[in-house]
This record gives sequence, C-alpha cells and structure tokens, in this order.
Amino acid sequence: MTTHYEIVPEIACTRTGKQYRQGAEALRDINFTVYKGEILSILGPSGCGKSTLLKMIAGLTSVTSGEITVNGMTPVNARELVSFIFQDATLLPWRTVKRNIDLGLELEGATRERRDGKTEEMLALVGLSDVAGRYPRELSGGMKMRVSIARALATRPRILLMDEPFAALDEMTRNRMNDELLRLQKQHGWTIVFVTHSVAEAVFLSSRILVLAPNPGRVLEMVNVELDRSNLAEVRSSDAFEQEVSRVSRILRGAHLA
Amino acid sequence: MKRHLNTALNALGVFAVLVALWQAIIWVFRVPSFMLPSPALVAATLVTRIAPLSQSLLITAEEAGGGLLLSVLAGVAVSLVFAQSGWLRRMLYPYTILLQTVPIIAVAPLILMWSGSGAWSVTLIAFIICLAPIIANTTQGMISVEENLIHLFMMHKASPGQSLFKLRLPHAMPNLFAGIRISAGLSVIGAITGELFAGSSRVGQGGLGYSILYASAQLQTAYLFALVIAASVLGFAFFFLAMFVEWYFLHNWHQSARAGEVI
Repeated sequence: MTTHYEIVPEIACTRTGKQYRQGAEALRDINFTVYKGEILSILGPSGCGKSTLLKMIAGLTSVTSGEITVNGMTPVNARELVSFIFQDATLLPWRTVKRNIDLGLELEGATRERRDGKTEEMLALVGLSDVAGRYPRELSGGMKMRVSIARALATRPRILLMDEPFAALDEMTRNRMNDELLRLQKQHGWTIVFVTHSVAEAVFLSSRILVLAPNPGRVLEMVNVELDRSNLAEVRSSDAFEQEVSRVSRILRGAHLA
Repeated sequence: MKRHLNTALNALGVFAVLVALWQAIIWVFRVPSFMLPSPALVAATLVTRIAPLSQSLLITAEEAGGGLLLSVLAGVAVSLVFAQSGWLRRMLYPYTILLQTVPIIAVAPLILMWSGSGAWSVTLIAFIICLAPIIANTTQGMISVEENLIHLFMMHKASPGQSLFKLRLPHAMPNLFAGIRISAGLSVIGAITGELFAGSSRVGQGGLGYSILYASAQLQTAYLFALVIAASVLGFAFFFLAMFVEWYFLHNWHQSARAGEVI
C-alpha cells in the first residue's frame, strides 16, 4: 500500500445536499474530503447523483444545503485551479485540434506566444502533434478524448474533475487512457475526482472510492483501495486487483439493494 | 464526377422533352405566337434582346442582393440579441413570425408610398421578405448549444461576449447558411414583386419586374418568356452562390456542407 498524496484537504463536502426546485431530492447529507494529490473515484448506480455531485464541486450547479469548499474557497471562486473533463469530448467542431486545445488559454486572454508554446507542449504530451491541423470530425473517439484532456491540462489546473471521461471508449483504448492518466498524475501530482460506473476502472485508478446509493443519493461507504501500483503493466492481471474489484463489487451490490 | 455528369445528362433530357412538348402543343392546337411563342422564337428573342434583358437582370440582381445582404446583417444582429435574453426573445419572436406571414404583395405599395419608388424601396421589400428565415434559423442555432459546451465556457470564466462570439455564433453558422439558402430564392421574388409596383427605377430602364409589366402590356409574349427565364436563372444563381459560400465556410467541419451531397 503506497499513498503518494499528502494529508492536506483540497476538496471538502460537509453535509452537502441537493434538492431540485420541483422538490426531488438528488443528494442528501454527503460528507467526504479529497486530499491533495489523490485520485478519488465516485462510484454508484445510475441515478445516484454522482455527476450532479461533480458539477456541484465545479460550481456548475448550486449546493442547496451544507457546503462544498475547494482549497478553502467556494467552488465558483476556485475555478482557476480546476479543469472539468466531460463524458463526451465536447470539442468545438469548427476549430482544429490545435485551436481546441488553445481554447482555455484564449478565453483567459493569454498572449499568442504563450498559447502557441503551451499548445505544442500539450499536443506532444497526449501524442497528437501529427493531427494538430485536423478537425474533430476526422478523429476517433479516443483521439477526441485526448484533445479534451489536453485542453483541460493546458490551463495548468491543480484539480481535475472527470465525469465518466472514458465511458464511450472501447475497453482497450480505455485501459490505455487509464494507464496514461495514472502516469501523468504521478508526474504532476494533480488531485482528481473521477466519476465512473466501472468498478475495475475505479479500483485501478483511485486510492479511495466513494460508493453512493440512490434515492436520494447518499454515501454508502468510503472504500480504501489496497493495491500496489509500482508496476502498472502488471496491475490488471494481479490477484490483488481481482480481489479488490470483487470486494468493491459486493459493496456496490449493496447500493443497488439499499 | 461521373455522378455529376449523370445528373446533368438527366436534367438535360428532361429539358429536351419539355421543349418538344411545348412545340408539339403549338403545332397541334395552332396556338398563336402572342399567346404562346415557340421555343425557337423565345431563344431568338433571348439573343436579339440580350442588352436590355441583361440590364434588367443586373438591376434586379443588385436589389435582391442588397436586400439579402442587409437581411443577413440585421438578422444576425437580432439573433445575437435574442440569444442573450430569453424574455426578450419570447416577447419579440411572434413579430418575426408576423414578418413571414404578412403577404409582401400587400405591404409593397405601402413601402413604396413611404419611401418612394426607387431601387432603394425595392431593396427594402427584398430585405423584409428575407429577414424572417435568417432570424428564425440563426436564433435556433444560437440557443441550441449543448449544455456541456456552456459549462466548459463557464469553467474558463468566459465573458458574455466570448460566449456569444466564440461559442453561440459559430455554433449557429450551419443554421445561418440554411436560412441564407431559403432567403436567396426569396430575395429575387421580393425584388421582382417590388418592381411590379415600383415601376421603372431608372429612366428608360427598369428591373425584371418592371420589364415584365411592360412586355405583358405590349403583348411581347416572347420577350415576357425571356424575362421569366432570366428571373429563374437569377434565382438559381443566387441559390448556388449561397450554396458555394456555405460550402466554403463549412466544408472543413460540418456534415451538411460537403459539396455534391446536397444535389
């Protein structure tokens, strides 16, 4: 068991709840802390409000009870530190790959020079330098997601909020993206909150898994993942991995029954 | 390429059949030429009177083109405002529909009464008939941006101006061009309608609408046919020009604008 993160709270949800105006309760009494430099997955059956919770951390939808702080600030004020990665790549179809990656810096008013330098760096990082001038419709699903990630990283975020980013990809591509994400995260020390409905993906990536139960969305259990990731290539075929997956699956089954 | 050639050959075949039918009707029913001139006579008229014909064509083209261009500028401006505010849109949108349902033929005399019977009034009539499709389509494109894209811009703290010009406007481009394609045809109809009421806008020489009135009063039926052909050619030319501009701006990224797939 190795933990790479310091025990410094980065995101804190305290008695957080979400009630829609029509009266439906999406989330109730959510309490958890995400520490600096850790990858935390949010796992749960559909309809348990995991995407809603992530959007609340991003300040994209309001918190109706309790509070959420990001680096001690309100989610909206903390946006400078945060990048959000959506399930579909959400690229602008009228912009080339390069100019899509450019978008965040352009909106923040960065100089042409800084943008160009940063974009080149990001293209190389995600291995897309060859297709810089192409348009999104010419790319495969995996490549589009790479562009989306490069765009998110270009603004140098400290925190990544990822909403089922690889759900639409085939398994091989998804595994490769998971490997790369883990490697990059180790290098840069990002704090990542990762929403997924795949147990294997959650176990592979995260140090802890927040399992939610539906109706209304609430915390069922916070699971510590015990997994040696020193040799990434071997992780998925190890017994420890399989054991963790079946342990988390059992807990998740509880969420369906709860 | 071969597909295009086939399309052209088919269209040409249909044309030949129609001309033959036309000539046959004249022979069989012995229609006098002031009622229905023969294809050969119309063709000859097209050649001999090419000078006044092309001058009329040019005048109408200027008026229709001017009206279309103005409608694009004004329509996009209105759509930008509509995209900004839901309540303004709900308040004013019914009037956009009104713009489309009011018969232009009924409004044309009013406009001529107010702003004189010059080329400017005809342009104004073309403008009015073109405006509604531009506004309706462009607004639709601007307000149908996916929520995730809006969230993406929010995460980057985009200003309202940035959201408008870097997201909503480019997102609405395919819709804008669909509107332009509709309005391109309408602009010619609007200009000719205007001219029918306005009469000559320049001394001794008017647009196609004016010449149509003149030719029909003089029973110059062959010339009337030539004018109708010229008007159709103009409408066609506008439509294809609009399609070319659409292709030019969209073919890199948008499905609808791959050349050849429309026809």
